[in-house]
Amino acid sequence: MTLNRGRVRWQCRRALLELDLVFTRFLERHFDRLTDGQLADLDDLLLVEDHDLWGMINGSRPVENDRWKEMVELLRAG
Amino acid sequence: MKVAKRTFDAVIVGAGGAGLRAALQLSEAGLKTAVLTKVFPTRSHTVAAQGGVAASLGNSTEDNWHWHMYDTVKGSDWLGDQDAIEFMVKKANEVVVELEHYGMPFDRTDNGKIYQRPFGGHSQNYGQTPVSRSCAAADRTGHAMLHALYQRNVRANTQFFVEWMAMDLIRNADGDVLGVTAMEMETGEVSIFHAKATIFATGGAGRIYYSSTNAFINTGDGVGMAARAGIPLEDMEFWQFHPTGVAGAGVLITEGVRGEGGILRNAAGERFMERYAPNLKDLASRDIVSRSMVTEINEGRGCGTEKDHVLLDITHLSPETIMKRLPGIREIAIQFAGVDPIKAPIPVVPTCHYQMGGIPTNYKGQVIVPKDGNPNVPVAGFYAAGECACASVHGANRLGTNSLLDLLVFGKSAGETVVADFQSGQLTLKPLPDDAADVSLARIARLETQTNGVEVNDVRLDMQRVMQKHAGVFRFADMLKEGVTKILEVAERAKHTQIKDKSKVWNTARTEALELDNLIEVAKATMISAEARKESRGAHVRDDAIDCAETPNGRDDKNWLKHTLWYSEGNRLDYKPVNLQPMSADVEPIALAKRTY
Ligand SMILES: Cc1cc2nc3c(=O)[nH]c(=O)nc-3n(C[C@H](O)[C@H](O)[C@H](O)COP(=O)(O)OP(=O)(O)OC[C@H]3O[C@@H](n4cnc5c(N)ncnc54)[C@H](O)[C@@H]3O)c2cc1C
Repeated sequence: MTLNRGRVRWQCRRALLELDLVFTRFLERHFDRLTDGQLADLDDLLLVEDHDLWGMINGSRPVENDRWKEMVELLRAG
Repeated sequence: MKVAKRTFDAVIVGAGGAGLRAALQLSEAGLKTAVLTKVFPTRSHTVAAQGGVAASLGNSTEDNWHWHMYDTVKGSDWLGDQDAIEFMVKKANEVVVELEHYGMPFDRTDNGKIYQRPFGGHSQNYGQTPVSRSCAAADRTGHAMLHALYQRNVRANTQFFVEWMAMDLIRNADGDVLGVTAMEMETGEVSIFHAKATIFATGGAGRIYYSSTNAFINTGDGVGMAARAGIPLEDMEFWQFHPTGVAGAGVLITEGVRGEGGILRNAAGERFMERYAPNLKDLASRDIVSRSMVTEINEGRGCGTEKDHVLLDITHLSPETIMKRLPGIREIAIQFAGVDPIKAPIPVVPTCHYQMGGIPTNYKGQVIVPKDGNPNVPVAGFYAAGECACASVHGANRLGTNSLLDLLVFGKSAGETVVADFQSGQLTLKPLPDDAADVSLARIARLETQTNGVEVNDVRLDMQRVMQKHAGVFRFADMLKEGVTKILEVAERAKHTQIKDKSKVWNTARTEALELDNLIEVAKATMISAEARKESRGAHVRDDAIDCAETPNGRDDKNWLKHTLWYSEGNRLDYKPVNLQPMSADVEPIALAKRTY
């Protein structure tokens, strides 16, 4: 089943302004070009708690799942 | 048109700290309770709260509720209602200990008690010396609180409607509240939630400003819905600017940093707060610190090439302290300011942070409006708690850590009131008017058919710029006047927002357009209330208010010791008295005095 892009986009609304700022750039630059596979990886990553996700993006926390690495890289790069 | 209808004893809009605390009270009492939320509960903005929750437990330094009450009244610049404040500070220990029993992992002292740290505006002995009153769970207090409350709600069988956006309040001809309409994001369908009691806990609207510490979710939906349904908004001119938002990005550097010894410096490296607040210095109340910073900048002592910020210095703290007590700060500074705070100070500016005003309530969480000469008549079936509500405990300026306390105390209190009203048979399911969903359906239909309209992002940005420029930390008569004209122009354009994507399913553009309608109500309320209030008080500081014996710090108690009420219809203003009388005989009223720190 392919994911609904609108649903995944809404999951990028987070509780921390830090993440909203990072995701704003990401949504502008990368989101529309993600393949279905990448979208599924992102969807999985978005289940992570906000503080942990922020920790992975700022490097204070290891990226625990190989599947998330590519998306975390894109989020970091902005 | 027919829409689906769901019926509950109570519907709560919002699953942040206030909504979850209220829901728990209802579900544990056996009420059939629905909680609607735009995002998964533990992704509510309460997650962002780092600093802690206030309670006069006295674990680290001697403390009692009398001191906490004094600090809160003084912090509010006497605009807070003293009955509600007494209620809140007296309940503080109970709700914090309750949370501890729900499994909240508070930091501990060596002897196993809840660790407490100092926070701005909180003092011992009626303003003498800083007190340690903030209970924290590392820098994840809000997160831990939300998780503890959510787990508890799951256990109590609260029914969650996640990714449902409430759109409009439903009232009957008598003005009673009968529930809300809501859109399920997944389908785009509008339904009616019909209930005996409706509790709003939708959080603040900090996104009306260009520079804000608030996440994008804070669009003031409950406040906007209430205003459109004819409920007045109270004291909306009062917005707290947090002294330490990262310059440029807005991201908050918690006051806990100053609690642990952080110092604000100007371009000369001077610890300038010693001049403005000789006793509490960097830990003075937020409005005072923000104003001092802007004064430093305005007088040319700002830092950087543009001289447009000051510096928050923690380089004198040991890296161990920074890592242990303030772990997240370093990453924020590196990411958004490009500095490592262990080695260099962080550029900061006052940034919009907290909405003191909101939907008027009493300490029981009942929404109250003027009626037949009585300024405080409860609206049948309608309750509110948390940042969207105005109890009013924060008055003209909130003390840090008093908001999480407000969520717990008034979330619980609103819940208790609903349970009591329910059990006494006072709450009944009143018949829905035939047109209950018409307003919401018309809003959706307009977005579907709008042509030659304006972009949501453009209107939002215009609104944010107008608010920032015309109703910021310092306010000027002519700028406010012009601001009113401008914000009404923006509001006019907001009626013609257009979205390209017309799909029903997961249409985030439509959600954002609906959110903008709410932001606009809040922005109008703020600008119009601010223009009208011809004095300085707390966070509302006018350049033309004179500091003299009759009007200390520009505060004019003779004419302006009163709450503002703004009605959306006709942008009408009304006022009501501040309650200067505490609830009980346990404490004397805190007498009016000039606010100094
Ligand atoms: C960065 C930051 C740090 C802070 N730190 C502290 C602190 O340390 N101590 C302190 O006391 N205060 C702090 N505050 C303030 C405090 O966090 C907030 O005032 C408080 O969390 C608000 O809680 P709430 O329950 O009222 O709303 P929120 O937590 O914002 O929750 C609102 C809920 O309403 C839902 N909602 C909104 N609109 C709709 C709609 N239309 N339909 C359905 N659901 C809707 C949302 O999905 C969400 O579940 C901080 C604020 C910020 C921005």
